[in-house]
Amino acid sequence: MMKKIGSKLIDWIDERYDLTPVRNLLLHKKVPEHRHSIWYYMGGVTLFLFLVQLFTGILLLLYYRPGEDSAYESVRFIVTEVKFGWLIRNVHSWSANLLVLFAFIHMFSVFFSKAYVKPRELTWITGFIILVLTLAFGFSGYLLPWNELAFFATKVGTDIVGVVPVIGEPLKILLRGGEEVTGATLSRFFGIHVAILPAIFTFFLVMHLLFIQQQGMHEPEHFKNLPEEKKKYIPFFPDFALKDLLLWVIVFNVLIFLALYSPWELGNKAQAFASAPEGIRPEWYFMFMFQTLKLLPAHILFLEGELLGVLFFGVAGFVWMLVPYIKIKHRPNWKIQPLTLIGIIIVAFIVIMTVLGYIL
Amino acid sequence: MRKRFFYLSIYAITILFLFGFVLSEKKGDKTKQGTKVDQCFACHKEIENLPKDFSENDIHRHANLSCFSCHGGDPNSDDQDIAMSPSKGFVGTPKRKDIPKFCGKCHSNINIMRVYQPRIATDQVEQYYTSVHGKKLLAGDENVAECSSCHTAHSILPAKDPRSSVYALNVPNTCNKCHGNSTLMKNYNIPVNQLEEYSKSVHGIALLKNKDISAPACNDCHGNHGATPPGLKSISHVCGTCHVSNMEYFNTTRMAKAFEEQDFHGCEQCHGNHGVQKPNDEMIGVGKDSKCIDCHTEGDKGFAVSKKIYSSLTDLKNKYDAANAKYLEVRQKGMNDVEIGFQLQDAKQALIQSRTLIHTFDSAKVSDKTKEGIEFSNKASLLAQKEIDDYSTRRNGFAIATLAFLVFVIALYFKIKDKEKKAS
Repeated sequence: MMKKIGSKLIDWIDERYDLTPVRNLLLHKKVPEHRHSIWYYMGGVTLFLFLVQLFTGILLLLYYRPGEDSAYESVRFIVTEVKFGWLIRNVHSWSANLLVLFAFIHMFSVFFSKAYVKPRELTWITGFIILVLTLAFGFSGYLLPWNELAFFATKVGTDIVGVVPVIGEPLKILLRGGEEVTGATLSRFFGIHVAILPAIFTFFLVMHLLFIQQQGMHEPEHFKNLPEEKKKYIPFFPDFALKDLLLWVIVFNVLIFLALYSPWELGNKAQAFASAPEGIRPEWYFMFMFQTLKLLPAHILFLEGELLGVLFFGVAGFVWMLVPYIKIKHRPNWKIQPLTLIGIIIVAFIVIMTVLGYIL
Repeated sequence: MRKRFFYLSIYAITILFLFGFVLSEKKGDKTKQGTKVDQCFACHKEIENLPKDFSENDIHRHANLSCFSCHGGDPNSDDQDIAMSPSKGFVGTPKRKDIPKFCGKCHSNINIMRVYQPRIATDQVEQYYTSVHGKKLLAGDENVAECSSCHTAHSILPAKDPRSSVYALNVPNTCNKCHGNSTLMKNYNIPVNQLEEYSKSVHGIALLKNKDISAPACNDCHGNHGATPPGLKSISHVCGTCHVSNMEYFNTTRMAKAFEEQDFHGCEQCHGNHGVQKPNDEMIGVGKDSKCIDCHTEGDKGFAVSKKIYSSLTDLKNKYDAANAKYLEVRQKGMNDVEIGFQLQDAKQALIQSRTLIHTFDSAKVSDKTKEGIEFSNKASLLAQKEIDDYSTRRNGFAIATLAFLVFVIALYFKIKDKEKKAS
């Protein structure tokens, strides 16, 4: 019955607007099946978590009131008084963190399987921009509940921006809306979080998805070398999409579990003149950078250690974005190729620094 | 023409020279006056004969007062005979018995003192002579404390300065210099363990360990310049300076009169003095740690009242603890704790007030207050229970949702398998 109504509706639209290009875009794509197929799902999970963010974010907007005197109170109202407000807010917080985690996993899986090489350079670049925007979402959203930890973490975070030569200080003032973190900072972080970032993000996300849909999934080296008859594919729609959906449902269930059993603490309201509470630390995904800056000596040669660290991460990020254009000579004798080795070192560095950040 | 220029030049140079000389003379005069040397300090420093406790930070030095301001003499002369001549007012080191008056020359004179500190009291010497120290000094006992014993002689700092010997945190040790000296105290038959006892007391821990300078040091109970052990009658007033309600309640009871008649030491009778501990509910009632049973025995009215008060108090305490445990559970579960927190605050306030009301020795008054507290605790408990129940509901909801998801996942799984089968 439902199926009949559905196909009738599609026919109705098709008759008027000719859905052939959409149908082609959806149906032409085939997904290779091999022992590393699992990594194909990471991007899908990231996309799903983004959709969760979008949905829960819009719901939170119905009650959230930005402002020094209302932000904390409204979040408190959401989690205590609003029906299912606790669920929406906790899912939003958890989903934000899982989104960053899966974005990282997705990025490194693409890197190690070399899926970024020609012709998918732009997919990689748009993906990297999406990751940076996701981190910006995390940073701006962290301040919105206007609690102590967020307030001081934002202070430290924006101070780091101020270290950059020439543009650092004006950029810091632009971000803060003044010399200090105040209600003005909260207002602009809110604007950035709910209007500016979503607009830019949507553009890059649509581009990213179109590129993937157009070019299909990347086939790894070992799969490419298989004889044609041994290569196995499944259609993206509906087979792969169904598997995606299966995983999304599981992830959604995990999200609700986390929201219920490990609710995101709201803490105390931010007080500008209070002394910083103990344990001020950034969100976990900034921890490796924060810890590195902490471990750097005050001065390296004639430069300030912190400045050097910030510049290093800036340059490293830029180089990472341009990975598809980096050509390193293939070494047939090496078990692990140089670029893969660099990737392993980067992952190890991020993991070690993050762990150190929590135990030191 | 050339000659005229030559002469003009010579005149000009001469005038300039003379003008410069006059200017330099004037400047020289000024320098001489500006650097007037205090010869007392200069000589004593040179021969390394400054007082043992001398400090550059002394408050008098900072007020531009020098040795001669107290000891007399002529600070302008570098000739010892002239500088330290009695004819120049030199009095040298005052005798111990004269020290209070010696300091009082200025400190008892408001006309002098207001120049430095307009709001300073000038009755210290007068007060001092009412103290045990002052009386004994007048009687010829030179072992007792005078001004310099507490304030030092040459490194005096304002009492608000943390380096001062009379800064709140330093007072107990300053008093203990003499009061902890058994040889000295033997003559007065005074124990020397006050500091030890005080350090372990609730006041001592607050002051010495937690550095809370609002906690009482020795002088807050005994006075400073008029230092005297509080008399029997004044004990409750001394404690009541801070513990106002307790004093007010106690003084209006029949017990206060009975205490007086029996020469009991007010607050000290139950709470002790230097070693006063944080009170606990076991001090009331009829248990082994009760203070009431020191006087009251089973069958008398006081015994029954004490029992009732204890029962009311413990009832509230237990209810409060139970509600608080639930409150913590609510917080741990991440549920709404705001209103419960407010109710518990009121309950806690009632508990504190009930404990204060013990000093009325009126079981009805205590019980009225504890009932208020119990009501708040019960409300808090109910609210907390509702939150805990809500949490269970959420868990059940989650279980149902998980079940639904599971069914959906299984159905999807079979659908996928079915498709794979068809494809192969």
